[in-house]
Order: sequence, then C-alpha cells, then structure tokens
Amino acid sequence: MITLINSILTIEQLKKHFFTYQGIVKAVDGISFSVEEGETFGLVGESGSGKSTVAYTVIGMYKPTKGKIVYRGRDISQESVKRLHTLKKEIQIVFQDPGTSLNPSRSIKQILELPLKIHNISKNHKSRIDKVIELLEMVQLPVSYMYKYPSMIGGGEKQMVAIARALATDPSFILLDEPTSALDVSVQAKIIGMLIQFQKEFNLSYLFITHDLSLMRNVASRVAIMYLGKICEIATASEFFKNPLHPYTQMLLSSIPVISDEEESLKPKKIISKGEIPSPVNVPPGCSFHLRCPKKMDICSRKDPVMTEVSKGHTVRCHLYTK
Amino acid sequence: MSEPLLEIKDLHVWFKVFGGILKVLDGVNFTVQPGEKVGLVGEMGCGKTTTMKAVMRLLPMPPAMIPKGEILFKGKDILKARQAELQQIRRKGISIIFQDPTAALNPVFTIGTQLQDAVRFTESSGENRAKENVRTRAIKVLKEVSLPDPERVLQNYPVQLSGGMRQRVCISMALVSTNELLIADEPGTSLDVTIRDQILRLLGELVEKRDTSVILISHALGAVRGMTDRLYVMYAGFMVEMARTEDLFAHPLHPYSQGLLAATPKLTGGGIGEGIDGRIPEYIDPPKGCRFHPRCKDAMPICKNEKPPFFKVGEGHEVACFLFQNYR
Repeated sequence: MITLINSILTIEQLKKHFFTYQGIVKAVDGISFSVEEGETFGLVGESGSGKSTVAYTVIGMYKPTKGKIVYRGRDISQESVKRLHTLKKEIQIVFQDPGTSLNPSRSIKQILELPLKIHNISKNHKSRIDKVIELLEMVQLPVSYMYKYPSMIGGGEKQMVAIARALATDPSFILLDEPTSALDVSVQAKIIGMLIQFQKEFNLSYLFITHDLSLMRNVASRVAIMYLGKICEIATASEFFKNPLHPYTQMLLSSIPVISDEEESLKPKKIISKGEIPSPVNVPPGCSFHLRCPKKMDICSRKDPVMTEVSKGHTVRCHLYTK
Repeated sequence: MSEPLLEIKDLHVWFKVFGGILKVLDGVNFTVQPGEKVGLVGEMGCGKTTTMKAVMRLLPMPPAMIPKGEILFKGKDILKARQAELQQIRRKGISIIFQDPTAALNPVFTIGTQLQDAVRFTESSGENRAKENVRTRAIKVLKEVSLPDPERVLQNYPVQLSGGMRQRVCISMALVSTNELLIADEPGTSLDVTIRDQILRLLGELVEKRDTSVILISHALGAVRGMTDRLYVMYAGFMVEMARTEDLFAHPLHPYSQGLLAATPKLTGGGIGEGIDGRIPEYIDPPKGCRFHPRCKDAMPICKNEKPPFFKVGEGHEVACFLFQNYR
C-alpha cells in the first residue's frame, strides 16, 4: 500500500493478537487504512469486532503484534512508554464512558491541569488556571465547575470535560472511542456539534469509532466497517450509504431503526439480519462472515477474500466483487 | 370505547433517600386499550422503568412510596391488590421483559431450572405441573423464540449463552403464559444493532400471533416507530405528549419531542440538530411548574408556576404544554 503524502495516520496490515487460556484472540487481524489531514474517518462495527483495540493500539496502550502505524511519516508501532514525549501530545483520546475515564477523587481543575503539567504547556500556577478556564469556556461549561468533582456533574458534562482534557495539549489527531454512546440523543447532538466546530477551528483529524451508523452518516467523511478484526468495506460516507456492497454492510444498514420514510427507502430491503457474531477465539475459516451471509458461495468457506477496489475510493473485501 | 386494559391515573412515586425525597414520578397518566401496542419514549432517568415497576409492584418499598395515584388493571387497582391477587395478575395478566438479560437471569441456576420455574408458576392445576409436561412446554417456548437446540439450552447456565440468546430466553419466560399485557422494557438496548433488529422482529411476530397488548419502552425513537400504534413521550416523571405513532413523527408538538426528533441522527445525512441545552433536572428539588421549562426555548412565565395538564390538539393527540392551551 502506498503511503499518501497528505495522510496524517496510516495503518498497514496491523495485527493485535491476545493470548488467552482459550486460545489466541485475533482482535485485530491485518487491517489497513489511512486517515487524511483534517478529515473524520469513521470506524464502525458491532461489539467484539475489534474497533476499540485499533484505537488503543494507535494510542500506544497496546503494542501491535505485527504491522505498522505511521503518524506523519514517522513509524510509531511501539507502546506508549517508548514513544516520544512530544508525540503523545499530538495524539489524544476520548473514551466511551466518561464516568470511568475521569478520576472520581480529582476535581475538574486537577483533571484539566494534569496534561498541562506533564507537557509543560503552562509554566506557572497562574497561567495554568487561565488555561483551565479557557478550556472550560471552550466546551461551554461554567468556570465554577473547576472546583467540582466528576460525580457532581452530569454524563454529558463529564464527556465535555474529557474532550477539554484531550484538547488541553493542542493535539492534531484525536481518537474518539464511542464518545456519545453512553449519552442521550439530545446531549449527543450537542457534543457532536461541538466536536465538528473544534475540528474546523483547530484543523483536527478524528478517528471516530462508533456502532451507530446513522450518527456516522452525519459526522464522517469516510467510513470503514469492521467485522471480527477485519475491515469489510471502506468508502466515502455518501457513497457508502447509497451503494453498500458488502453483505454485512447491507445487513447492518437494514437493521437500523429509523424515524422517517426517506430513511426507510435508503435501507437495503431483501437482507434480513440473522445469526450472531462468532467468538473471536474461534473464527470460522475462509471469510469470517460466511456463516451469516445471505449471498454465500462455495468459495467463501474456503478462501478469505482480499480487499478489492470496486470504484475509486470504494474498496470491499468480498468474493462477490473479485473477478 | 371499551374499558381500558391498563389505566394509570395521576401516579406519583417518591423515593426516600439520604438528604430528602426524590420526587421521581409527578402525575403520570397512561392508558392501554385491549390489543393495543403502545410505545413509551424518554431519555435516561426520566422514570420509564419506575412507572413499569410500579405497575408490576416491583418497587422496593421503602425507599419507594406512592403518595398518590391509581393503577387500574381491568378496573382493579393493582396498588391495593392483596398478595394472592397480585400473583394471579403476574401469572396470567402482565409480564415483563427487562432491559438487561444478563441481570434478569440468575447466574447460578441453569436456564432449564429458571424457565421451568416460570412454567410451573403459570400453571395452577396439578397435571400441567407434572415434570414431563413442564419440560415439554419449556422446550416448546424456546422453539417459539427460534433458539436452536432447546434441549442443550435448558442445561446451559446464562454465562454460556450470548446476549441475544439470553434475551430470547427472557422473552420466552415472559411469554410462557398467554398474557394480556406484555411490558418490554428496552428489550434491545444492551444488544448490537443486527441482534437488536432480530429481537424486535421476533417480539413483533410473537405479539402479532398471540394478540397481546404491548408496552414497548425505549429511549430511541426509531425502535418504537415500526411496532407501535400509539406513543407517549415522557420527560422527568411526566408525560409531555401522546399521539398516534405516525402523527408524532410527522408533527411533534411539544418542544421536547421536537428537540428529541431533531437531535436524532438521520441516515439521509445533512448534519445533526442542535440538541437540547442542559440536562434532566435533579429529582430532589425539581423545577416548579412544568419540569421542562429550564431547558425550553419557548418558556413563558406561566410555565414556571403551573404544571401543564394535557391539552387536546387533535384526534388522539394530546400535549402537556401551555403553548397549546388555546389551540384552535
């Protein structure tokens, strides 16, 4: 795969395997994609498909078993302790559940001060406080929240604090690991609106992980679908929803509950979801999706398909589209 | 109109906690007609589950207390029912499917033990409670929820099944007896999209076949759209809007329902609405008047002082908002 010049993050044949008593869990099994400068790249998948593992490997919480992670031309396929200090400043993460990602015994001020101290951004106490106030104003929280603790504020507000913490080091790449799936829709809309605004303001690139396809339609410019540690399909968001190719994508789309008739007409009709995601310890041979696939062929249970480009920027991993 | 199957009148539920009283439900009115499928939508912590637990008399009292209100099931007040009557209602009348199947099943007993207990509970006569018959019926209901290999499932413990299978077991437990009312409390929320779709479809089919009334609770508007006739929108312990499902999606009237619909991301793209400022109020000291007024864009002085009753705005469409008090 060619590394694009303007891509901020390139992942090549990334693998992350975990060794357990039950066997080897291939959480991420050879995926490749690249995130361009200033775009939102969406990663979608059901639980257990390995999307969070991708995020954790990129941030350096796990060392990749194999493969390469390239950030702005620099190979960063190592765990975070071995990474450059300045690099950690560049890449930040927002976790799914703000209730557990914020330390309950630290005040909001202490939480927001920590990255400033570590990365030596504000030299003295006074300028740190100013910066904390600036961050809180940025996420539209009252300044008095500085002295509150995470347990005293609501879920949406906690997530705002987590976002402010990620923004504290002035990063250029943020991993958003299901930032709104623990929240209500009315709060979700607020947070998403804010994230889009920050992206424009600070020219950020996002790797947006979620299981909600309708949300993805509205935030991402390109989307990748993951199933059992592998990517099934990558396309631009508009193409993706108009012309889904992989049977799994079609199944996902047909399962989404919608609220209007126009949306209903976008859903593929004849595909009805069946079966469940198999255990990642015991991945079926050949294409991992063949057990649930409505368009299964003989070859599917024997040979794992490879990524093929169907049209420009639209790649799919399915035997239906290989000549 | 015939007598409603379930009628909740001005229900108040409070919880006594350290530091005061949580006034969770504040005058809930809710009806279900025989054979009707009703949806109940609201955000987290707005009291959906509390209402349904009150209907099943599952609220722990204390700390919960019901200072006011009636729950009439076929004309009889559930809140005043004696233990034997209550058991009869749970046996043949109302059953419930909980949100989280992992928490609903006991991890130390096999599915067989738990399901057969449920079967035995619904049968009063001796012969039907014989060991063989109970087992046959258990296998039959498992087949109905399209679980493969029911004999094996009976021997399994809940941990050995996947989330979707566990929820199927819970549905089969709720459906062992031919019930008149089925309460499905977010039956798919804890599951993946494709699995949730399967579960909702299965539930829809079974309900259609048995012709039971259903209350489907969800925090996602999309999930209730396909399955219900009528919809209630709930906010912070009271009903804000009630309408036929298609009316509500076409013309939501209450500012909260409008905000909720606008905030839902759509498959057609085009960005997401603004969302609603603020968050659900603290129940320990809820806002006076309309509980939505601190977040409402159209709040008027009257909203701060008076609680809005339901105003009728159309055929089967009622809104609890002062904006509509002089409607047409």
